[in-house]
Amino acid sequence: MAHGPATMADGWIKYASRWLFTTNHKDIGTLYLWFSFAMFILGGAFAMIIRAELFQPGMQLINPEFFNQMTTMHGLVMVFGAIMPAFVGLANWLIPMMIGAPDMALPRMNNLSFWILPFAFAILVSTLFMEGGGPNFGWTFYAPLSTTYAPDTVNYFIFGVHIMGASSIMGSINIIATVMNMRAPGMTYMKMPLFVWTWVITAFLLVAVMPVLAGAVTMMLMDINFGTSFFNAAGGGDPVLFQHVFWFFGHPEVYIIILPAFGVVSQIIPTFSRKPLFGYSSMVYATASIAFMSFIVWAHHMFTVGMPIAGELYFMYATLLIAVPTGVKVFNWITTMYKGSLTFETPMLFSIAFVILFTFGGFTGLMLSIAAADMQYHDTYFVVAHFHYVMVAGAVFSGTAAVYYWLPKWCGKMYNETMGKVQFWIAFIGFNITFMPQHFLGLAGMPRRYADYGLQFADWNMLSSVGAFMYGAAQILFLFNVVRTITHGKPVEDPQVWEGAEGLEWTLPTPAPYHTFETPPEVK
Amino acid sequence: MLKRAQALFLRRLGAVLALVAVGGVSAENATRQLNMPQGVTEVSQAAYDIHMIMMWICTVIGVAVFGFMFYVMYAHRKSRGAVAENFHENIVVELLWTIVPAIILVVMAIPATTALLKVYDTEDADIDIKVTGYQWKWQYEYLGEGVKFMSELRTSQDEIYGREPKGEHYLREVTEPLVIPAGKKVRFLITGNDVIHSWWVPDFGVKRDAIPGLFTSAWAKTDQVGTYVGECAELCGKDHAFMPVVVEVKEQAEYDQWLAAKKQEAAAYASTIGKQWTSDELMAKGEEVYNRSCAGCHMQNGQGIPGVFPALKDSAIALGPVEEHLRIVVDGVNGTAMQSFADQLSEVDLAAVVHYERNAWGNDVGDITQPVDVLNYKQGQ
Repeated sequence: MAHGPATMADGWIKYASRWLFTTNHKDIGTLYLWFSFAMFILGGAFAMIIRAELFQPGMQLINPEFFNQMTTMHGLVMVFGAIMPAFVGLANWLIPMMIGAPDMALPRMNNLSFWILPFAFAILVSTLFMEGGGPNFGWTFYAPLSTTYAPDTVNYFIFGVHIMGASSIMGSINIIATVMNMRAPGMTYMKMPLFVWTWVITAFLLVAVMPVLAGAVTMMLMDINFGTSFFNAAGGGDPVLFQHVFWFFGHPEVYIIILPAFGVVSQIIPTFSRKPLFGYSSMVYATASIAFMSFIVWAHHMFTVGMPIAGELYFMYATLLIAVPTGVKVFNWITTMYKGSLTFETPMLFSIAFVILFTFGGFTGLMLSIAAADMQYHDTYFVVAHFHYVMVAGAVFSGTAAVYYWLPKWCGKMYNETMGKVQFWIAFIGFNITFMPQHFLGLAGMPRRYADYGLQFADWNMLSSVGAFMYGAAQILFLFNVVRTITHGKPVEDPQVWEGAEGLEWTLPTPAPYHTFETPPEVK
Repeated sequence: MLKRAQALFLRRLGAVLALVAVGGVSAENATRQLNMPQGVTEVSQAAYDIHMIMMWICTVIGVAVFGFMFYVMYAHRKSRGAVAENFHENIVVELLWTIVPAIILVVMAIPATTALLKVYDTEDADIDIKVTGYQWKWQYEYLGEGVKFMSELRTSQDEIYGREPKGEHYLREVTEPLVIPAGKKVRFLITGNDVIHSWWVPDFGVKRDAIPGLFTSAWAKTDQVGTYVGECAELCGKDHAFMPVVVEVKEQAEYDQWLAAKKQEAAAYASTIGKQWTSDELMAKGEEVYNRSCAGCHMQNGQGIPGVFPALKDSAIALGPVEEHLRIVVDGVNGTAMQSFADQLSEVDLAAVVHYERNAWGNDVGDITQPVDVLNYKQGQ
C-alpha cells in the first residue's frame, strides 16, 4: 500500500487537501453522500416552510411569491442535489468493490465531477438572496413563465443547471468506463450484482438525456437574452415545444432516480431473506426495458396541452406498458422473500417499505396514465402524492436502507439497531400521514403549487403538515444515528457483517481499507 | 377577532387529531371529500367511471400482492424457525407474471380509449365561448354575441392575510361568473394571454391548458342548473392560487335574459365614455380598478416588489407625461409581466386608473385623464 489517507493528526491543511484533491473512489463517495445529505436537509427545510404555510388556509408566514420560490427550490434541490448525488455516492463507494476493481476508471474526472457540484448549488441557492428572488416557476420551469416572465436571476439558475448536467455526465461516463473495463477476471456481465447493472443502465440514460436538458435551458437563455423565439408564439415559436423537450429529459430522469434504488433493494432483500435473488436475469431485462420505454412515453405529462387524440392514445398505451417490467420486478422481490429465512433489521425494513409504497405509487401511476381520468388528476395534489410515493418512499427510503446496510462495511462500526428501527417507524408513519391525504386533496380538486386554498381543503392539509414535520424529525434522528455510529459505534470485525450477505464487497476486511482489490480477485 | 381565529384554529386542530385517532372521516364536515366528483357532464362521468375501474383493479391486485407478501413476512421469518430454500428461477411463473399483467392492461385500455373519445368530441357545439387566461384572472367572450368580460377573485386581501375572518366562499368567489345555459352543448376555446394557465372545472371534467398563441378546446353539456367552482391548474406566477373559475348553469330562459342584460350594459356603457368626469369620481373609480387589477404586482401602496415589479409611487412614468403613462398601461411593455390592458379594461377604467396612479400615495401631478383621452389615444394608434 502506497500511503494511507491524511487524518486531522497530519494538520488541517493536509487533511483538507486530502478531500479537495482526492481521487480515491471511497473518499469521493463519502463526499457525495455528505453533500447529498446536506442538500436533503436544505430541500427538506424548504418543504417544511411550504407545509407550515399550508398548515392553515390564508397566507400566514410567507407571501405567494416566496412560496413559489420554495416549491421550485424544493424540487430542484431534492432531485438534483439530494437524490441524484446520493446514488452517485453509493456508486462510487460500491461499484469498484462489487466488481473487484481498485478504483474508478477515471479518478481525476471523478474528483472534478464532484467538486463542481457545490458551486452549482451555491449559484442556485444564492439567487434566493438576490433582488428579484430565486427561481419561482416550478422545478419543471415551463416557458414562458421561466423566460419572458421570469426574474433576472433565471440566468443563474440556467448556469447552475448546466454545471449539474456536466457533473452528471462526467459521473456517468466514469461509471460506464469502470464497469466496461475494470471487472475482475470471471466477473461476466451476467454475474454483476444488480446494483451495478441498474447503475450502468442509469448511466446510459444520463448520458442520453442530460444534453437534452442542457439544450432546453440554452434555448431559454437565448430567448431571454438574445431575442430568439424558441418558446414564444408571437415570434413563431411554440411554448409547448418547451414541454416536449423538458419531458424528453424529465421522464427518463425519474427512472434515473429510481433504477439505482431498484438496485439497492435487490441487494438488500436477498441478504435478509438468506436466499438468492429470484429471477436475476429477468431483473436485468426488466431494468433495460424500463429504461428503453422511458424514452417513448414523455408526453403523458402533457395530456392537457391539447395534443391530437392519436398522440394521446399512443402515449397512454405506451405508458401502460411500463407496468409490465415494473410488475416483474415487484414479483421478483416478493418471491425472493418467499420460503426464505427472514429477519427485519433496519435496512430490510426500509426495503420492504420501499416495495410496498413504491408499488402503491405505481398503482396511482397506472391511474394517471389513463388520459381521460388524467384530465381530472393532472396538476393536482393527486400527482404530488403519486410522485412522492415513488420518489421519497422509492429513492429516499432505499437510499436510507443502503446507508444502514453498508455503513458497517464503510466505517467498521455497527449502528444502533433500536434507533434505526425507531427512525424507520417515525419515517414510515410520518410519510404516510403526509402523502396519503394528498391523494384525497387532489381528487377533491386542490391543484398543486397553491400557496393558499379554499376552506374545504383545510383538514387534510393540516394533517399532511403534521405528517411532514414528523417525517422531517425522522431525518434528524437518521443524522444522529449515523454520526454516533461513526464516532461511538460498536466495532465490527466480521468481513461479511450480515449473515446472508453475498458479493465481493463482503469478502473485504471490515472496515474496508483505503485501497482495495489492488490485485483483482478471481470470480468463479 | 384574534380570539375567533384562535377558536377556529383549535377546533380544526381538534378535528384533525380526531381524524388521526379514529383513522376515519367524520360526517360533521361534508366538504371533506375523498374521491373524484362524478360531476354533471358526460365527460366528468366518463372520467369518474374509468377512475373507479382503475382504482378497483389496482385495489384487487394490491390486496393479492401485499396479502401474499404479508403472509410471507409472517410465515417465513427466521424467528419462527424458517430455513431458507435456494431456488431462484422458474420460467413458468416468470412468463405468467409477464403475460397476465399485459392482458389486464389491454383490458384496461379499452374503456380508457372510449372515455378519451368522449373527451375529444367537441364537434357540433351550440355555443362557443372563448376563455382567455390572464395573470391572474379569466376573460370570457361569447363569440358572435359581442359580450365579453373579466372574471376575477372577489375574496379580499384582508381575508387572505387574516385581517378579517374568512367568508364561507373563501377563494371560491369571483366578480362575475361565467354563465351558460342548461341543455346546450357549449364549446370552450381556451387560450392564454401571457403565460400558460389551465382552465379547470372538476364538475365538467374539463381541464385544458390556456397557452399563449395556441387554442385548445373542450366541451360541456349539462342539465343540472347550479354553480360550479374550478381553479387554475397550471403554475402561472405569483397569484396562481387566486384565480378561481366559477360557472353558473342557468335555465335557457334565464340565460337569454342574462345575455340580453349584458348586451344592454355594453351599450349603456358606451354613453359614459363621452362624459366629463371629475377628479374625485376618477379617484374613487381608479382606486377600485387599481386594487383589483394592478395591486397584485405594484402593491396596494404603489411600492411594487423591488427587483420584480417596479414601484409607481414617485416613479418617472407616473409623474411624467401622460401619453407615456397611457402607452404603458394600454399597450403593456413587451417582454415583461406588464401586459396590455387595452382589452382587459374599459376606457373609463383605464382613464380612472391612470388618473389614480398619478395622484395617489403622494404622487400629485394634478392633471385629469378623461375616458375620451384614452379613446383618442387608442384611435391615434
